[in-house]
Amino acid sequence: MLKVENLKVRYGMIEAIKGISFEVKDGEIVTLIGANGAGKTTTMHAISGLLKPAAGSITLDGHDLVKMPPHKIVSLGLAQVPEGRRVFAQQTVEENLVLGAYTRKDKGAIAEDQEKVFELFPRLKERRTQLAGTLSGGEQQMLAMGRALMAKPKIILMDEPSMGLSPLLVKEIFHIIQDINKQGTTVLLVEQNARMALAIADRAYVLETGKITLEGTGAELAEDERVRKAYLGG
Amino acid sequence: MQFLSYLISGLGLGSVYAIMALGYSMVYGIAKMLNFAHGDIIMVGAYVAFFAISGAGMPPAVAILLSVLVCTVLGVVIERLAYKPLREASSLAVLITAIGVSHFLENGALILWGADSKFFPSNIFPQGGPTIGSLTISWLTIITIAVCCVIMILLMLFVGRTNTGRAMRACSEDKGAATLMGINVNAIISLTFAIGSGLAAIAAVLLGSTYPSISPTLGAMPGIKAFTAAVLGGIGSIPGAFLGGLLLGVIENLSKAYISQQLSDAIVFGVLVVILLIKPAGLLGRKVSEKV
Repeated sequence: MLKVENLKVRYGMIEAIKGISFEVKDGEIVTLIGANGAGKTTTMHAISGLLKPAAGSITLDGHDLVKMPPHKIVSLGLAQVPEGRRVFAQQTVEENLVLGAYTRKDKGAIAEDQEKVFELFPRLKERRTQLAGTLSGGEQQMLAMGRALMAKPKIILMDEPSMGLSPLLVKEIFHIIQDINKQGTTVLLVEQNARMALAIADRAYVLETGKITLEGTGAELAEDERVRKAYLGG
Repeated sequence: MQFLSYLISGLGLGSVYAIMALGYSMVYGIAKMLNFAHGDIIMVGAYVAFFAISGAGMPPAVAILLSVLVCTVLGVVIERLAYKPLREASSLAVLITAIGVSHFLENGALILWGADSKFFPSNIFPQGGPTIGSLTISWLTIITIAVCCVIMILLMLFVGRTNTGRAMRACSEDKGAATLMGINVNAIISLTFAIGSGLAAIAAVLLGSTYPSISPTLGAMPGIKAFTAAVLGGIGSIPGAFLGGLLLGVIENLSKAYISQQLSDAIVFGVLVVILLIKPAGLLGRKVSEKV
């Protein structure tokens, strides 16, 4: 489904991503783990078109994403839950969700999908008329996820969904990621919380200072000596 | 009675400021830049209406439409050519560019139309006005206030209730996140410039009818006043621009009437300073707070 080949991204003179290749197949949960500064978010931004790669190719079902303006990528079925949630704080929960469906024209189906999002996140329904800025961190994360789902994506990119959340909430969020995947959405997950990410991932890649150093199934990498030392605390 | 008459004509003047301030404020809200050429777009709008009526003999309604059209296109073209290439540049570079565009328009007008002032046609709006007791209010004032109110309400409905309006607010908060929603941020910015510049043309016709002597520098002072009004009300806020504009017009008119003709501008800007000391975000401006 999503194929990244030999991707390079530069910030001025600094090469942040030094030629990485990976693939996400239909129906999978794939995770990209790595330390702070490894280039995870940069990779995400390159895929969704916020950053233009210096070289390499990114394709979604055969469509070249590199040459596409970022707002078109969404209508191809790729949505992103950005790092730090980035909900629209001055708009209500409901308005945020409606914005998530901005590229869609099928009004009836949009309303149905909003109900589905409310089923997945009942707390958002309680707070539907509240400004998103007044929500707690966990609720904002749920809103960011719900908003991305409103685009009815084939693949959803999640950038550090566990960031800043309590362990209990992290568990809840990861359960929901699995639910979303079971309902038919492919997931590309970027995480610092390697333990949780590897536990739910079909396949995983380790990103270190702009290069992929390891890859395998989630279970394989969770057992790997190097991964255990570097990311799982021994 | 005298006081009431000053108050109402102040509201009329304030309405013109408010319409200009709406353009300033919307562009700032979305593009996060001060479009200092806004006042000069008003000048162009006034000249277009002048030539259309006095030169080509067009009916006023057609002339107003033409002026709105020219200003809208001009605003969008300026944004494309001058501001869009600077999207990633520092805000100082954008500000200086805006001042450059302002000078370009002023001097362009000077070359094209000369420095001597022209007399704006007086047949656009009906003369005179209704009299209540000893108080006479001109039709122009009534129309100006009404037009301003209608524009404000329409803008609030548009920005508050429509999908495009929601997208505008999203762009105003976070362009990156808005892009991730599939919003074409550049198109939204163009649209904002189009609306702001179209409003500038309407302000131009009202301003020209109030102060009929038009010259290439006519936009400068009202432009600064409108900017002040936008800041006073809380820049980026639509009702703020409206309130700020009206307040500014009333303060200016009353200080001209009761304190001093010469000092009125100083008083207006003095009020701005005092209000910003008390409310740094302006009267209706939002304090930005973020949850991390």
